[in-house]
Amino acid sequence: MDKWEDNRAWWLVVPVFLIVAISAIIPLMTVVNYSVQDIFGPGQRVFVGTEWFKEVLTDRRLHEALGNQFLFSGLVLLIEIPLGVAIALAMPKQGWRASLCLVLLALPLLIPWNVIGTIWIIFTRPDIGLMGVAINGLGLEFDHTAAPLDAWVTVMLMEVWHWTPLVVLLAYAGLRAIPEAYFQAARIDGASAWATFRYIQLPKMRGVLTIAVLLRFMDSFLIYAEPFVLTGGGPGNATTFLSIHLVKMAVGQFDLGPAAAFSLIYFLIVLLFSWLFYQALQNVGTGDKR
Amino acid sequence: MRIQKRTIGLIVYLVLLLLPIYWMLNMSLRSNADILNAFALYPKDPTLTNYVKIFTEESWYSGYVNSLIYVSINTAIALLTALPAAYAFSRYRFLGDKHMFFWLLTNRMAPPAVFLLPFFQLYSTFGLIDTHIAVAISHCLFNVPLAVWILEGFMSGVPREIDETAYIDGYSFPRFFATIFVPLIRTGIGVTAFFCFMFSWVELLLARTLTVTNAKPIAAVMTRTVSATGLDWGLLAAAGILTIVPGALVIWFVRNYMAKGFALGRV
Repeated sequence: MDKWEDNRAWWLVVPVFLIVAISAIIPLMTVVNYSVQDIFGPGQRVFVGTEWFKEVLTDRRLHEALGNQFLFSGLVLLIEIPLGVAIALAMPKQGWRASLCLVLLALPLLIPWNVIGTIWIIFTRPDIGLMGVAINGLGLEFDHTAAPLDAWVTVMLMEVWHWTPLVVLLAYAGLRAIPEAYFQAARIDGASAWATFRYIQLPKMRGVLTIAVLLRFMDSFLIYAEPFVLTGGGPGNATTFLSIHLVKMAVGQFDLGPAAAFSLIYFLIVLLFSWLFYQALQNVGTGDKR
Repeated sequence: MRIQKRTIGLIVYLVLLLLPIYWMLNMSLRSNADILNAFALYPKDPTLTNYVKIFTEESWYSGYVNSLIYVSINTAIALLTALPAAYAFSRYRFLGDKHMFFWLLTNRMAPPAVFLLPFFQLYSTFGLIDTHIAVAISHCLFNVPLAVWILEGFMSGVPREIDETAYIDGYSFPRFFATIFVPLIRTGIGVTAFFCFMFSWVELLLARTLTVTNAKPIAAVMTRTVSATGLDWGLLAAAGILTIVPGALVIWFVRNYMAKGFALGRV
């Protein structure tokens, strides 16, 4: 499908560009500024070049946090995307049941992030929380404040609980946008449910799934408030993700320079991987389209 | 039989989804002492004190009002600016279009912690600290790109023949856009509005940094429940339940747009 070539289309983009640029470019340049200076106080700063970047890149605890982060985001994508698509396929197509599903699904998304962490603290408490009591009732030892694995499981559960509905909503909207004629044609051809999914629904969901994968990758990579409130990055450093490490650095040690350098590296990692995902999702399966 | 299995899976998922929320509701109807004292599957002695406190203390309910104001402004700005831009991206090829499209999304990728300070400096230069508009504009940073992306996806699903036919019939661009195109993608607009509302509603760091008292969001007000004696779980749970209500209303209004699907063949 060839698009019309017309540079006047820029005029339609200008408002978006302006409103985003206000909040994007100036703060970014300020952070770049911090990252190459040693700041002692107002008006007292020394240019240090790439020193902070070197310091940050050789930081062992950062490597540990980065490893945690990749594992976490990888698991998030592997669990939430297939689960979200499956739920969207299982949802009723119309009527009050569909409306009810949509409203229920949206509930976890609407709770402020710091509150999510707090709710899960009490939900998983072994004495007065539903999940904690239930798991202990099954005879299993479970304590997310002491055992690293339990902490991981709890954070993953919270994340999947919180964000899978986002994938469902996007996938569901994508599915509903497929014209009924496609399904009629598939029925006439006697296509199996799997074939219908593979050759009609999945390709038609490419757009919404691209958004879902990118959003889930970016937001899980930048996750802060929920695990911070729930586990505080512990036990030990087991659930210290990149942003928790960053805040410890920026606020705890008040090292604005290294923290800024770290932020930029962090930003570039997210950018690189988002771009790779974007390219991959743009190109995958275009060969067998027709 | 297949359909049955699917439905059971869906119901199991929805029940699991609702458990933490049920627990929050359960706690919101109990006093703090009662919550900490014993495990109870349902409130044995339900009380509305937590809710009464939120609705009678101005510092509490003004948090909801503030959040609603800036979230509404933000959603309106995001939709109005993103609609034409998404149309441009879905229909035209122009200088730097692909780069621009991806650049928009990169604005969601910066780790917020260190960026808060420059944000504060920027908005205080304009004298906008502690205003609703400041929060609304700063939230555009992540909502406008999202809106453009989602809308572009929906718009690309509309065949271009519709545009061509309308132009041949003598429609001007603004008239075509407002009377034919926008109704065609109302599904997408509903979804986009909901996402903008949601992301702005739950965002805490920027909103808290840019406000002091006059525009303080509810999520920041809720951190007050942490006091010297520990958390007031009941009050926090009640406030949490109330934060769900506005968004649930929004999705109730857009549910038909999401569910109705695609009405082609109007032109």
